[in-house]
Amino acid sequence: MNLQIATLLGQDGLTNGAIYALLALSILLVFTVTRILLIPLGEFVTFGALTMAAIQMGKLPQLEWLLLGLTCIDCSLDLYQQARSRFNRRKLQGVALKLGYAATLVILVHTLPLAELPMGAQILLTLALIVPLGPIMYRLFFQPLADAPSLVLLIVSIAVHVSMVGTGLLLFGPEGARTKPFSDSGFHLGSVMLKSQTLWVILVSIFLIVTLFIAFERTLYGKALRATAVNRMGARLLGISPVFAGKVTFALAAFIGSASGILIAPITTLYYDSGFIISLKGFVGAIIGGLVSYPLAAIGSVAVGMVEAFSMFWASGYKEIIVFTLIIPFLIWRSMTSHHVEDDE
Amino acid sequence: MSTQDNKLLNVSDLHVAYGKVEALTGIDLTLKEGQLVTVIGPNGAGKTTLLSAIMGVLPSTGTIHFNGQDFFSPEVETLVGHGLGLVSEKRELFSTMSVQDNLLLGAFLRYRRGDTSYDTTLAEIYSLFPRLWERRHQQAGTLSGGERQMLAIGRAMMGKPKLLMLDEPSLGLAPLITREIFRIFADLRRQGVSILLVEQNARAALKVADYAYVLEGGQVAMHGPAADLANDPRIIEAYLGLASKHQELLSS
Ligand SMILES: Nc1ncnc2c1ncn2[C@@H]1O[C@H](COP(=O)(O)OP(=O)(O)OP(=O)(O)O)[C@@H](O)[C@H]1O
Ligand SMILES: [Mg+2]
Repeated sequence: MNLQIATLLGQDGLTNGAIYALLALSILLVFTVTRILLIPLGEFVTFGALTMAAIQMGKLPQLEWLLLGLTCIDCSLDLYQQARSRFNRRKLQGVALKLGYAATLVILVHTLPLAELPMGAQILLTLALIVPLGPIMYRLFFQPLADAPSLVLLIVSIAVHVSMVGTGLLLFGPEGARTKPFSDSGFHLGSVMLKSQTLWVILVSIFLIVTLFIAFERTLYGKALRATAVNRMGARLLGISPVFAGKVTFALAAFIGSASGILIAPITTLYYDSGFIISLKGFVGAIIGGLVSYPLAAIGSVAVGMVEAFSMFWASGYKEIIVFTLIIPFLIWRSMTSHHVEDDE
Repeated sequence: MSTQDNKLLNVSDLHVAYGKVEALTGIDLTLKEGQLVTVIGPNGAGKTTLLSAIMGVLPSTGTIHFNGQDFFSPEVETLVGHGLGLVSEKRELFSTMSVQDNLLLGAFLRYRRGDTSYDTTLAEIYSLFPRLWERRHQQAGTLSGGERQMLAIGRAMMGKPKLLMLDEPSLGLAPLITREIFRIFADLRRQGVSILLVEQNARAALKVADYAYVLEGGQVAMHGPAADLANDPRIIEAYLGLASKHQELLSS
């Protein structure tokens, strides 16, 4: 191995690590606030990448129908619930807004010249289609189970994952897809070539992580989400509803997932079922952080990316095994250092 | 808004059961706008259960009329939105967050509705409880018992509730601070905040309250103007007697 190969591998490792870090953060965020282990996070990644690819090829992404359908179910549930208590003007406006949003997107997708749009608009359209799926997913599958034991939540999470993979096959077909890089030029750093997409991935990831950090530390909405994670009843007594917190975290997870998909789509070919293994590596990072510490999870994820890249060079056949074995020493270390804490709820 | 318009809270025929065991059997309770009403009673009488049911934390049957609306086994968030606040017996602080963050979160709904005057309330609370100001960057979980009480009360006040319900706010506080806290309740009442106060310290509670209920075994055993109850021989015997005997012992 010479310096050039090492920098190339390091570049790959860092790119993947940055994505895993983003995914690890969303897994942690969703888990601490809602106790749900978000297995379908990977599907947001593939949906993001494949929708972007479809838009660039000028094909209809089909996702707009899924969004419209789920929004209709969501809204009829809302209306049913209101019919049982009493109709409330603000809530009715909410229903109208949601339906209007989904309908507008369907119209946009069917009238715009998708392939000719500037890349920024394509990205926005992709995010606009996918992010709302997050809160809807929470509303339909998890909100009714808010008080269920963690195991039930995990089982439902797996079920949602499986059905989303199926939906992905239906919407995008079995072919893999790649998208155009954000910009074409490369950079020379001494004798090595830096791919521009690598820089994009790293910069955008760092930007997102820092923004999230500031939002959580400094804004009252971020504090409200943390408060829900710390003490659910305490938060409810202040009017911070767990439903609100759940929807916001799922929206964030959907945003981070699909943004990651859009970021890596020019580097890797993604298939309808590639999401799981990607988010699993983010999960390894989150485990390294003990499912509580955000900075440790981010560092762990970058380590996962590095180990993956370098094992590709030395033992490419064992790449995945090496990455996932990484979890074992950490689990042992965790179980030795942490003592059992009583559930305080 | 007609005949009931100065009744801020009216609970009627409230039943709460833990499994098969009835903890409250048909409670009727009324609190008028601006009043300070206290609920006293022995351990296990159902005082905490009563506050939790009014707050929507526990499912109940019966009607809860609050601020011009009827609620049937409502959600906690709905009632908070309508101006009800509770300092629960467990305090429910955010233990890994700072004192200041705990206080700010008390104003979450005001912030969400675009009310930006909560900074003034924060300053008021810091001047009421200078101890909280000194400890504003400390994690709530590391506060002393008394400081935790102050934080819980301050956090509830940040929301500017129409009706503030307090479950044993003087529990574990030094006598000096207890007196201070009761003085704050009297002040709040003068500012027009209505208060429903559950207390073990019956003497102090009856002194500040306008009206009082005595809860025993899940039922209202007595109720009346606080001054009357304070002079009622049965109350003196059961709830105030111990203290006066204590004083006799001390003085002899
Ligand atoms: N979760 C529960 N499950 C079963 N029984 C309960 C539960 N919570 C309270 N109880 C019972 O209901 C009764 C009333 O309890 P509650 O906490 O309301 O009493 P309290 O008047 O607040 O007493 P204290 O003065 O000791 O705080 C008690 O007999 C208690 O044991
Ligand atoms: Mg109690």
